[in-house]
Amino acid sequence: MKYDFHLHSALSPCGDSDMTPNNIVGMAYVAGVEVIAITDHNTVGNVRAAQIAGEKLGIKVLAGMEIETAEEVHVLTIYPTLDIARQVGKIVYEHLPSVKNKPEIFGHQYYMNENDEIEGEEEKLLISPTTLSIEDVFNIVKDAGGFAAPAHIDRHSYSVLTNLGFIPEELNAEWIEISYRVDSVKEYMKSRPDLAKYKVLRNSDAHYLKDIAAREFHLPCEIEELFGK
Amino acid sequence: MKVSELAAALDLKYVSGAQAQDREISGCYIGDLLSWVMGRALGGNVWITIMSNINIVAVASLTEAACVLLAENVVPDENVIKKAEMQDVIILSSGKTAYELAVKLYDITK
Repeated sequence: MKYDFHLHSALSPCGDSDMTPNNIVGMAYVAGVEVIAITDHNTVGNVRAAQIAGEKLGIKVLAGMEIETAEEVHVLTIYPTLDIARQVGKIVYEHLPSVKNKPEIFGHQYYMNENDEIEGEEEKLLISPTTLSIEDVFNIVKDAGGFAAPAHIDRHSYSVLTNLGFIPEELNAEWIEISYRVDSVKEYMKSRPDLAKYKVLRNSDAHYLKDIAAREFHLPCEIEELFGK
Repeated sequence: MKVSELAAALDLKYVSGAQAQDREISGCYIGDLLSWVMGRALGGNVWITIMSNINIVAVASLTEAACVLLAENVVPDENVIKKAEMQDVIILSSGKTAYELAVKLYDITK
């Protein structure tokens, strides 16, 4: 099953304003992707609109969120239901500092409906680190029944390997995300034998429409297995 | 110079490892990205950081830094302190910035 579980909508300040609910699922449809996750920074605010848009095209849209920890590590999270995602989203929002977004610097943070209409704009800057440690984030997400994986671990910024040197054992992490930048996971793993025990997701981390599923990745398991079922 | 002398001179608090305060210090490294610290801090260094994640204990052990010095009143979680005690890692804390600490350290060791 072709998947892309790391996509930013126009609600992420760094997400292009063309990343509307319908455009995202439309692009996924064209690319032959069957299941996607909307994973904006520290919010699940545009998931519902994308889910409704996805139903029209037969694209399954999972609720997700890219959470930034206090250590400035990005964690990719996905949830079995929107309700659960919203519960975790509420906790994350409460732990985001009250810094106002400056759209002229960071970009707009648009809430959109299923018709791609702007319904409002988030005022708090969403690309800030929460005050939750990476352990807190894993505990909160897993206790709620969600999926958590250190995001784009091969990157030099916002990555667990850069910021923390290695994946803390205390997380009991099972999955890691390796970005599209890495050509061969096999070769990459040779340079990091300590990662051999983790299962791997590959995603586009698209902030622009053209990047959605730009490389083809197939889900190595059933969706339910992500949630430990 | 010993860690105990450093702690007294810079008015540092022990977060963990007070029993190992006779450890000798030599030089200093400042950094918060642990991937950098792992490859650059030297044995005996006073490692000044604001990172308090549990991995600082392993990195301090690995590099054989004399101690971890947490700047700006950063407080680690209880499990970090426990792990540090188990591995004999000295963690010190101060309200001063990394810059202020480094300048003082330079003054007392030059």
